[in-house]
Amino acid sequence: MTAPMPISLDVNDERVDAHVLPRLNLADFLREHLQLTGTHVGCEHGVCGACTVRVNGEIVRSCLMLAVQAHGTSVQTIEGLSDSGEVADLQAAFRDRNALQCGYCTPGMLMAAQDLLKQHAEPDRERIREHLSGNYCRCTGYQAIIDAVEITARGRIGRRP
Amino acid sequence: MKASAFSYARATSVVNALELLVAHGDRAKVLSGGQSLMPAMNLRLISPELIVDIGEIAELRGIAVKGDVLKIGALTRHVDLQKSPEIVAHAPLLTEAVAHVAHPAIRNRGTLGGSLAHADPASELPACMVALNATIVVSGQAGERRVAAEDFFKGIYETDLSAQELLVAVELPVERKSAAHFFFEFARRHGDYAIAGLAAQAVVLGDIFADLRMAFFAVGDRPILANAATKLVDVAVTPAVLSDALTALSEELDPHDDQQASASMRRHLAKVLMARGVSGLLGRPDLNAGGPV
Repeated sequence: MTAPMPISLDVNDERVDAHVLPRLNLADFLREHLQLTGTHVGCEHGVCGACTVRVNGEIVRSCLMLAVQAHGTSVQTIEGLSDSGEVADLQAAFRDRNALQCGYCTPGMLMAAQDLLKQHAEPDRERIREHLSGNYCRCTGYQAIIDAVEITARGRIGRRP
Repeated sequence: MKASAFSYARATSVVNALELLVAHGDRAKVLSGGQSLMPAMNLRLISPELIVDIGEIAELRGIAVKGDVLKIGALTRHVDLQKSPEIVAHAPLLTEAVAHVAHPAIRNRGTLGGSLAHADPASELPACMVALNATIVVSGQAGERRVAAEDFFKGIYETDLSAQELLVAVELPVERKSAAHFFFEFARRHGDYAIAGLAAQAVVLGDIFADLRMAFFAVGDRPILANAATKLVDVAVTPAVLSDALTALSEELDPHDDQQASASMRRHLAKVLMARGVSGLLGRPDLNAGGPV
């Protein structure tokens, strides 16, 4: 049973069939098998949040999930959210506010921030902090990231009919 | 790091999972949400030969109220606990506590059963189970057995579970009228493991505790149900009575030193938590010299 196992899943709305070793985690599967390198690997034990992806619509740590556990699920990565334009305004706000420097944490930050904005249209700064508390950034000191999320939320409210 | 190689079996039922566990004993590890197991495997702290994935077993899911008992399936995720109307109605301590368990992405995967079976002394849910006087339901090939939460936790990552058994559910008494709860923890960052924490469940009649269960976590090798709290039951709680209880608590606890805090700091924080808890539960700001929570 240490032999490769078959898995089938949707990744960014495309069907993927593969054979993977049980020990392979979802982050490495996305990066090395599918070349979706926007999902970053930081600490590999669930602390830093750089590997955050969506599984069946909910954010998870892809370093703490085996690829075999993703069998039958629908996975969305930062490439999917970026290409569809879902987070275009959030990305623009990150650029405008200098909410990134090295960019390593940014895909995970965007995934977590978008998750919050889908659940709460108008989060206060404390709520934003709490929702992003599982994502480390070693460059920015976080203030600019909170600003960018707050500005995006306001922008989205303004666009609603 | 990456986990070392292992074999993987997706259990199809509790019976099937137990067969696998009996066949492989302590060479196997049960995988539910994986939010504690996977880090330990990635850090090579453990290298099981076989992973028994119970994530697809439907019979381990669900939250149900039957008479005076609230039953929660082992695979209930933290996010399910947090959003459940049954939990907030019948065990609101849990709703409050679970917001402190790690971060959203982890709460979307982590499970109640996984957290309890892992038995990290700094984690919130084991202490809540002790405070709520929960019964842990354990399944083995001989059938089911029930263990009081107080007896279930044995030490650091140690429980009453054998390698051939599966934690399948917990049963909580439905919250009584006049019940009150308190939860607070000190942590470096929201969602981090606590430096010291308290989960408390009480019955308050007028301004007297008819019952008070205070379970401290991260101040011992398991959640500690404070004997000192009994000094506060069925008496008018004056500053002198509270002071007595604080002294008894301090003597009762035997916290550890680590990079986060010294033993004496933990002992101090536990006393702060007790005072805040008593003050909060009784609605008596005068009893909390440490200021509002």
